[in-house]
Amino acid sequence: MSLSFAKRLPSHRFLETHSIWLVVGIIIVVAIGGIVEIVPLFYLKNTIERVEGVRPYSPLELAGFNIYVREGCYLCHSQMVRPLRDEVERYGHYSLAAESMYDHPFQWGSKRNGPDLARVGGKYSDDWHFDHLRDPRSVVPASIMPGYPFLETTPLDYRHIAEDLTALSRVGVPYSQDMIDHASDDLKAQGAPDSSGAEDLQKRYPKAIVRDLKLDKREISEADALVAYLQRLGAQVDFKLYDDKANIR
Amino acid sequence: MTDGTEHQHKVDPYTGKATTGHEWDGIAELNTPLPRWWLWSFYATIAWAFLYWIAYPAWPLISGATDGVLGWHSRAAIAQDVADLVSLRDPMNAKLAASSLKDIENTPELFSFARAEGAAAFANNCAPCHGAGGQGSKGYPNLNAGRWLWGGTLEQIQATITHGARWDADPETHSSLMPSFGRDNMLKPDEIVAAANYVRSLSGLPTDPDANLAKGKQVFADNCAACHGPEGKGNLELGAPNLTTKVWLYGSDRAAIINRINNGGGGVMPAWGAKLSPVTIKALAVYVHSLGGGQ
Repeated sequence: MSLSFAKRLPSHRFLETHSIWLVVGIIIVVAIGGIVEIVPLFYLKNTIERVEGVRPYSPLELAGFNIYVREGCYLCHSQMVRPLRDEVERYGHYSLAAESMYDHPFQWGSKRNGPDLARVGGKYSDDWHFDHLRDPRSVVPASIMPGYPFLETTPLDYRHIAEDLTALSRVGVPYSQDMIDHASDDLKAQGAPDSSGAEDLQKRYPKAIVRDLKLDKREISEADALVAYLQRLGAQVDFKLYDDKANIR
Repeated sequence: MTDGTEHQHKVDPYTGKATTGHEWDGIAELNTPLPRWWLWSFYATIAWAFLYWIAYPAWPLISGATDGVLGWHSRAAIAQDVADLVSLRDPMNAKLAASSLKDIENTPELFSFARAEGAAAFANNCAPCHGAGGQGSKGYPNLNAGRWLWGGTLEQIQATITHGARWDADPETHSSLMPSFGRDNMLKPDEIVAAANYVRSLSGLPTDPDANLAKGKQVFADNCAACHGPEGKGNLELGAPNLTTKVWLYGSDRAAIINRINNGGGGVMPAWGAKLSPVTIKALAVYVHSLGGGQ
């Protein structure tokens, strides 16, 4: 049974009797699939559409995004309108890759115990979202979603919001130093329409929705941040201007 | 399979079959051929893969993937699917677009089509707030009761759906808002309690034993009547509800009414003109009007 490794390197017997080399061989073979299917997505231009209007999250929206991730909303709600007729009929234009290009991690999801949320922004009023987060069945009797009443009684912890922006800028989200420096101010300004910061916020984050916090004179709650995030979902690209045909390539 | 050639022709003594020559600790593997059906199915899938690569977009290259001879594209495919659907509905939708709301309601063919289209759009877009049957809930108006904030004719319903209520992005939205009489210190607490009692008396609800209705009436006349009318019958122009009926948007109990006077405000409805087509909104108006409360 003595084998000369040098001579028999590629042999069946060699791999089957040397588990580490077998693992190395498996990794190489599986990686070929990954390299062919995934790597081209990083450089092929037709994988991300050219669209107008997609900007990074404002600090308050980003705080809401973090709560969305923390509470595991993606476990029951996808954010991906697939290019199928029935989905487009129900939810609106199918999702574009560009719409989630600043999501880290992306929230496409694969499970729909609840409806898709990719285009929920602007579909309901803020009040509805607050009622629905507090007690889903108060507005949708057949809902099976758990209530999240604690979100509106928990003050938002945004001490690290500037660090959040910095971290995202390191992975390619175009947050400028100006945005990072003013992260905390911008977060507060988005809940204070009459403040001087509101205008600056909208310069940095075009079309950011600035609205009074619920039950004003209270601290910014986690629910405020989550609703700010939800109200922006899928509402950034103006599909009346978007040219579908330009991206058929 | 070049390994172990010295065992290639070894025959297993128990079964009489040749072995593959692979042997571990004296245990050898029988050289049983793959079933033919399986083998040919396997070859067929390989052949299918080659045909697929030729027909459809497949291999990623430097600047794009191979196009495939069929020219299929997922973005083009969905555009075609949606276009087919639109052309299927077009003849009827064109009639809806060309007809007045009144004519749609009076033409059975158009009415049933509009109702079907409206019902689907209602379930998708309106039911989360107004309820599956338009019954509403606290803070979200009942559409069946015949009591309207902004008017219950076909045209008024169409306008409300198109522009929404207090929806800042739409310049034509219904924008009037009840003031926060308590929170903004426009009324004193005792005035608010008196006004709340007076409002309850308008629809025949019992009032506090020590209620000062005369004072409440005066507070109402000075502060509320401008929008809700001198008799509390409401004003559709301002979305001010009629306070003399049994229909209450935020509840009729003492605490609920005091809360409204204190905090004011009003519900927010999105402007659907930005999301739905004008024909869909027409169909929705006809559907909502037909729910039972239409005027």
